[in-house]
Amino acid sequence: MINATASTHHAAPTEGAFPSRGRVGMCCLIATEAALFSIFVAAYLFYIGKSLHGPYPAQVLEVPMLPTICLLASSATIMLAERTLRQGYRVLFSGWWCLTILLGGAFLYATAVEWYRLIFTHHLTISTNLFGTTFYSLVGFHAMHVTVGLLLLTLVLVLSVSGYVSQAHSERVEALSLYWHFVDVVWIVVFLVVYIIGR
Amino acid sequence: MAFADYPTAQPHSDVRHLPLLVQLHDWVVTVDHKRLGLMYICTGLVFFAVGGLEASIMRWQLAFPSHDVVAPEVFNRLFTMHGTTMVFLFGMPIILGMANYLVPLMIGARDLAFPRLNAFGFWLSLFSGLLLYFSYLGGEGLSGAGTAPDVGWFAYAPLTERAFSRGYSTDYWILSLLVGGIGSVATSINMVTTVLCMRCKGMTLARMPLFVWLLLVVAVMILFAMPPLTAAQVMLLLDRYLGARFFDTQAGGSALLWQHFFWIFGHPEVYILMLPGFAAASEIIPVFSRKPMFGYAAMVGATISIGFISMGVWAHHMFAVGMSATANSFFAASTMLIAVPTGIKIFNWLATMYGGKIRFATPMLFCIGFLFQFLCAGLTGIMLAATPFDWQLTDSYFVVAHFHYVLIGGLLFTIFAAMYYWFPKATGRRLSETLGRWHFWLLVIGFNLTFGPQHLLGILGMPRRIYTYAPGRGWELLNLLSSLGVVFQALAVLFFVWNVIRALRQGALAGDDPWDAWTLEWTTTSPPPEYNFETLPEVRSRRPLWDVKHPYDPDWRHE
Amino acid sequence: MLFTVGSLGAVKMFDNCERILYCRLTPWLQTRRTGPATSSINAGNMDRPVHLSNIFDPVSTPAQAILELSWLVLWICAGIFVIVSGLLVYTIIRFRRRRADDDEPPQVYGSNQIELAWTVIPLLTVFVLFLVTTRTITAVQHTVPSAEALLVTVVGHQWWWEIRYPALGIVTANELHVPVSDQTQPLPTFLKLQSVDVVHSFWVPRLAGKTDVIPNRDNQMWIEPHEPGLYLGQCAEYCGTQHANMLLRVTVHPRDDFDRWVAAQQQPPVHDPSVQAGRDLFQATACVNCHTVQETVANGTFGPDLSHLMSRATLAAGVVDNTPQNLRAWMRNPQQLKPGNLMPDMKLTPQELEHIVAYLVTLQ
Repeated sequence: MINATASTHHAAPTEGAFPSRGRVGMCCLIATEAALFSIFVAAYLFYIGKSLHGPYPAQVLEVPMLPTICLLASSATIMLAERTLRQGYRVLFSGWWCLTILLGGAFLYATAVEWYRLIFTHHLTISTNLFGTTFYSLVGFHAMHVTVGLLLLTLVLVLSVSGYVSQAHSERVEALSLYWHFVDVVWIVVFLVVYIIGR
Repeated sequence: MAFADYPTAQPHSDVRHLPLLVQLHDWVVTVDHKRLGLMYICTGLVFFAVGGLEASIMRWQLAFPSHDVVAPEVFNRLFTMHGTTMVFLFGMPIILGMANYLVPLMIGARDLAFPRLNAFGFWLSLFSGLLLYFSYLGGEGLSGAGTAPDVGWFAYAPLTERAFSRGYSTDYWILSLLVGGIGSVATSINMVTTVLCMRCKGMTLARMPLFVWLLLVVAVMILFAMPPLTAAQVMLLLDRYLGARFFDTQAGGSALLWQHFFWIFGHPEVYILMLPGFAAASEIIPVFSRKPMFGYAAMVGATISIGFISMGVWAHHMFAVGMSATANSFFAASTMLIAVPTGIKIFNWLATMYGGKIRFATPMLFCIGFLFQFLCAGLTGIMLAATPFDWQLTDSYFVVAHFHYVLIGGLLFTIFAAMYYWFPKATGRRLSETLGRWHFWLLVIGFNLTFGPQHLLGILGMPRRIYTYAPGRGWELLNLLSSLGVVFQALAVLFFVWNVIRALRQGALAGDDPWDAWTLEWTTTSPPPEYNFETLPEVRSRRPLWDVKHPYDPDWRHE
Repeated sequence: MLFTVGSLGAVKMFDNCERILYCRLTPWLQTRRTGPATSSINAGNMDRPVHLSNIFDPVSTPAQAILELSWLVLWICAGIFVIVSGLLVYTIIRFRRRRADDDEPPQVYGSNQIELAWTVIPLLTVFVLFLVTTRTITAVQHTVPSAEALLVTVVGHQWWWEIRYPALGIVTANELHVPVSDQTQPLPTFLKLQSVDVVHSFWVPRLAGKTDVIPNRDNQMWIEPHEPGLYLGQCAEYCGTQHANMLLRVTVHPRDDFDRWVAAQQQPPVHDPSVQAGRDLFQATACVNCHTVQETVANGTFGPDLSHLMSRATLAAGVVDNTPQNLRAWMRNPQQLKPGNLMPDMKLTPQELEHIVAYLVTLQ
């Protein structure tokens, strides 16, 4: 017999037995983006060594240690930000959150500097050869995701500084920080593929 | 507790007196999964008609050798648009529409997890279709070449590179599918989240209707299968506009890379299209056999296997490109392997019917047609899986016959079954059984007449995508028969349209449960109110309504 | 399952219907054509033989190997079809609802044994099928050219085939001539497949399975025909506007016949003084940028080699028969015979056209 009880609360998960929608949704997004990145990585790996002429990776690539450290550190700071928000410290949250954005911004700046060097000093563009094509598309696609992430983080920062973000929003902030962690993990893969394996 | 005592909510309040503009506005801004589902389905059906028209023109051209109904360029655009339309603008919207409408009702939820994302996904889909068709009007490029895309629905490189496809026609193909792909992914994220997070009380994963299980697997597949296409299309755009070299063979690029990426998407895509058809059959066949689905766990397991294996068979579309014997053998193996869970499903449907009391209502007729035709499709699939046999059959009309048996004989038949089955629920009216029978039989005759002979055409060496052929190859009679079938199919669709229009205006009232079925959507009114259920249900078995109707022999005693 | 009921027989039946239909249809079709009757293939030639490219009628070793595998696959599929559809028909008839019978039947939820059975049996079937398939794949793909094998390079263009015999110094177009191979003196032909533009596919059904022709990639296939004759094929991968008209003619010659063909092809192009005007005009016009005529200044490679143009049976990759009349029509307006093809209209005056045609017609 069907029980006519249970909640009439609109769209809430019943009994809390289910995972949160935000977390599941973000995980799905991460899965699909991971599939997207893996195709660009596959193209990069496939075309290693196949360029008909230079410039070649070993000639022009420098291992970006500092930007990588910045990005990985930003993952740490965003975790700290999350924790402080869950505990209710809103000002501290804004602080750590802002630091995350700055570190992410530093990473993007370093990428821009590297690209400037590659394009104007070494004359490597997306149409120069297969290395240029796969490098700019893979690194650029990642940088695009960092940019989008930074925009969203900035939006949250603005809301937080204006006083709209509170402990109750920690789950939504967690979803965003999941995205940021994903961006970081992708960078680790890109770093390995482009600067270690591909050189 | 007798069924008649079950509480029913009042139907949706009469809105017919509202001004038309207000009604339209309501539809445009809606985030209600039922309305979005209906809009998806209507979009799909409109594009289905357009794609059918394109096919009819092609079949008219091919009815006779050296026929000149259309110029070669036009024919090439027709088959490109036909394939693209049917897969992306009919197939995907229809299945997402069915999922949209039915999944929340079947799991006892009030809506999807992210209603606004749902609306976003729909409008992206619609826009992508409009963008693709705008190419007929706006595709002229600088060199004045081409209108609609003419590169085939899988757009092999380097034919799609700037050098060989001038103008913007290919770009319309790329952009419209990019946009549509994002819409599909958005809806899939929604679907997975809904199924995992919003089931009603008591509905464990093991108690979900099979329809929901299959659509969950489909949604997960879309999440993983769509990105390869998106990525490849971005790469192609970069090639065409920024001079990138992804598929530029003169710069060392690989034409095969496109094929790999496309088919890593393309093969799961055809399972994505077909599984919802299986889902509908898995709901309809039990109800009209009056027995529960035989082997629920096996069906779930088979579906998940199909989902996994389908990501590993893609290169069977590439058997002729000159891969190594090892690669060819591997993909032959994986392709043959996927036949096993598919066969298990067919056997389970058979076993569901066996020992039952089969009612031959129109939905069941379409399901039976599906079973026969999908069996043929699967068997020709096994033939194609045997690589050396495929070396002869691929890229010929045999393959065209195979996939139309899958997509029309399989998918379209189950879609029509689903339409006849759930139309009463969505509209509150019953479709005519007589017109339904006319629809069914005309379609069976027309479909088999068109695509049966095409198997022989492939065997006789007729390649696909040719706008004409010379006499003296032995192809004339078979092509003529194939083209004749179009008439029957067109008539069948007209009967369906007539049936729908007639039912909407003067069809018999359906009531909540016209088919004496067992899943949650039949516990609410027809059509359901905006909030779906007056109170959210609680279930104890896979067939909650069976438990209500048979309180002395409920399912949960046997599961 | 028409094709399991002896597709060869079915095809022969269709073939006869073909001839009747074709003989009746062609005159009707002729009156319906809006353009000029440019194709002599259609010009009321009812005696033209019907060339079936039937994969079930192979004459070459790889195609025969494929057919053997195909019969096994077909029989297995036929068996499955008979069993399953038979069960389906039986079920529909035996378990239909009888009138006024509204009781629910026994509710059966499943059976682990049955599930196991119909998992294991298909798995075993598939396994056997896979083993046989792999064996055939290896047999075809791992065959290497013997010392006597004839090596041919086939280059796909939009929309014609360039055929080169590197060891013999022969270059021709759209027609492949090979010697027959018999048991005592096997003489297979190995084809290296290349493309200069997009992806095409080389398919002559009675000789072998198809192999794609891909730019920046060399593919290889082989044929070993056992019966002399003419075998038709065509491009089997969509490659643009005129994909439909990229036909292949493979002529399998008896040995001495093949040697004669080779000798004729190896001759320098005919130098007939009476067509000097045409030759001069040809060499002075842009023709030479795309076409080659050996031992002249014409050395273009974008279009077919014309040194022995008139030795070929068709023009424009099988669109029309190779006759002076068709040659003239082709040169006057290539776009009319093969719309979208890449030969430009050379805008010759009628007199220039006559001269050049007269010259080309001498290139046997």
